[in-house]
Amino acid sequence: MSSPNPSDTNLTRTTTVQETMPAQKASAAQRVVPRMDTSPLHGLWALTVRDLRKWYTNPYQLLISLIQPIVWLGIFGKALNFTSFISASGATVAQQQQILLSTFGTTSYFSFLSVGMLASIILFTAAFSGMSVVFDRRFGFLNKALSTPVSRGAVVVSKVLQSGIRALIQSGMVLLIAVVLGMDTSAFSVLGILGAFTLLFLMGFALSSLFVTLALRSSDWQTQMAIINLLNLPLLFASNALFPTKIMPAWLQDVVKLNPVSYAIDGARQLLLGSPGTNSLVVDFGVITIFAVVLTSVGVVMSWKLLSK
Amino acid sequence: MEMITEGTPMGRAEPIIRVENLAKSYDGKTKAVDGVSFEVKEGEVFGFLGPNGAGKSTTIKMLTTLLVPSSGHAIVCGYDVHKQANDVRRSVGIVPQDYTADEDMTGLANILLCADLYGLPRSDSKPHAEELLNLVELQDAQNRKVKTYSGGMRRRLELACGLINYPRLLFLDEPTLGLDVQTRAAVWKYIRTLKEEYRMTIFLTTHYLEEADSLCDRIAIIDHGHIVKIGTPTQLKEGVGGDVIVVGVKETEPDMSEQISKVSLVREVKRTGNDYRIKTELGEEATPQIMDIIRSNGLHVTKISLTKPTLDEAYLELTGRTLREEETNRWAMMSQRVTMARARS
Repeated sequence: MSSPNPSDTNLTRTTTVQETMPAQKASAAQRVVPRMDTSPLHGLWALTVRDLRKWYTNPYQLLISLIQPIVWLGIFGKALNFTSFISASGATVAQQQQILLSTFGTTSYFSFLSVGMLASIILFTAAFSGMSVVFDRRFGFLNKALSTPVSRGAVVVSKVLQSGIRALIQSGMVLLIAVVLGMDTSAFSVLGILGAFTLLFLMGFALSSLFVTLALRSSDWQTQMAIINLLNLPLLFASNALFPTKIMPAWLQDVVKLNPVSYAIDGARQLLLGSPGTNSLVVDFGVITIFAVVLTSVGVVMSWKLLSK
Repeated sequence: MEMITEGTPMGRAEPIIRVENLAKSYDGKTKAVDGVSFEVKEGEVFGFLGPNGAGKSTTIKMLTTLLVPSSGHAIVCGYDVHKQANDVRRSVGIVPQDYTADEDMTGLANILLCADLYGLPRSDSKPHAEELLNLVELQDAQNRKVKTYSGGMRRRLELACGLINYPRLLFLDEPTLGLDVQTRAAVWKYIRTLKEEYRMTIFLTTHYLEEADSLCDRIAIIDHGHIVKIGTPTQLKEGVGGDVIVVGVKETEPDMSEQISKVSLVREVKRTGNDYRIKTELGEEATPQIMDIIRSNGLHVTKISLTKPTLDEAYLELTGRTLREEETNRWAMMSQRVTMARARS
């Protein structure tokens, strides 16, 4: 590692310095600097688009993410045939319909489960949003972003936003698949669909904030996987995604009431299936909005602290 | 910590970087940087030379606002790195040690993303990005995804990204880590261009002695979080004891030691047989003078050699160790290995 020829380098250096000292070229790197946008939101959309582009230019990722809900709907949803359970008891068709309606809020368990699956794919997409923070930290991109004047909050919000947008598009696809597989569309309306997806987007936003915040300090994906596994299934099972709350034991019902996922699903079932619902739509929207605002704010505040060491 | 910006004393330019007792410790114990103070003048290439784990990257991260100093303060481009972090970020360019470009995006898209993060308007950043890609000779590859780039191309792309915000001051963290000789020479060429044509101030860290020697106007040798010495490469080398000239003379008599030591640059003369071993400053200037003295006494010179001290020797003398790869923390080593592996891809 020694200098090959120190006197040589010495000579070149003296001559070059002498040659160039007087001239000052005003070109590419040092011209009049254009005014930089200093708003706290600058760069937010650029960061969001960067993540979204990775996703939509990789069709495999999109297809794989759709397999899970298809399995749930196509196999689990079709296998769990409540109509035949009940008809085995000898009830009349009218009675069967009545039992299903009072239990699920609809006569089709498949339709009931479909709305749960819309929420489920959002939950899973949100859970992995933290992973992209981990990889950005790992591959140095996070440090690059942090060395620019982009606001720390924008780094967090862009992750949340991209995850929310992805979740929304994926759940739209799940809805199409569900309809193809036999979901009841009789209660569909434009307003209802818009309302349901607003709820689902807010839920995705809230959950992504939670997972992104948990990942802010982490640089290893194993920990992140553990967090995802720890939170994901409890959030799914302790909600009304797969079964109605009222058939659960009392202690579990209390947990389900605390789980924000239940509120998004409850509202979406009212809007898409015309089910009676546990809460009024106002309560569902209110809880999800508060949940989203609080968790995003926590994420932004934590980013000021956790993204600088 | 008062703000030291405007109001420079008459006749003396305010340094572009001023660091006073800057320190960073983790968990209140491990001191990565332990009270360093230095100044960097506008227009110079200033290098931090030291082994892995000496505190080079930690210092650069504090100066570029990625780490908050535990104590002391630093003024960069007239702004306090802690209190005016966003102003510092807007005024400096950074080329990190890692490859940070997004591999799934094209080179051009990567630079434009950087521009967006600085809040530069697209009307300006598009032509500027293309200009910079020309500068680093990546114009032909600008629409290819970065995952198809070689290590050298990635390094050049990082350099272009670091220049997108028209910085007055550019930070380069181990700019040639893991690069092959040819690519390293290319990166050196760009660094010289930036200094000479664009009059940019450059702060770089390196653990390659020849890099510090050939690029830097001044070098700070850093070891265990302390600055051991600051000086020009020549000063550091001369600190070791100057150049050594060995002259062989045909005749044994008379003894020329006395006369040679009268040359003003010569510090010490030792004679062994017919050879004179002369320690001197500015060997190139002293050599002809010594030749003249010997010849004017009617003697014949049979051989002559001039050896300049290397930065290696200076480093050894100042730190008591040779500069080599040392175990630091596992994470830093791993990340560096990843960088080196990608440089060679």
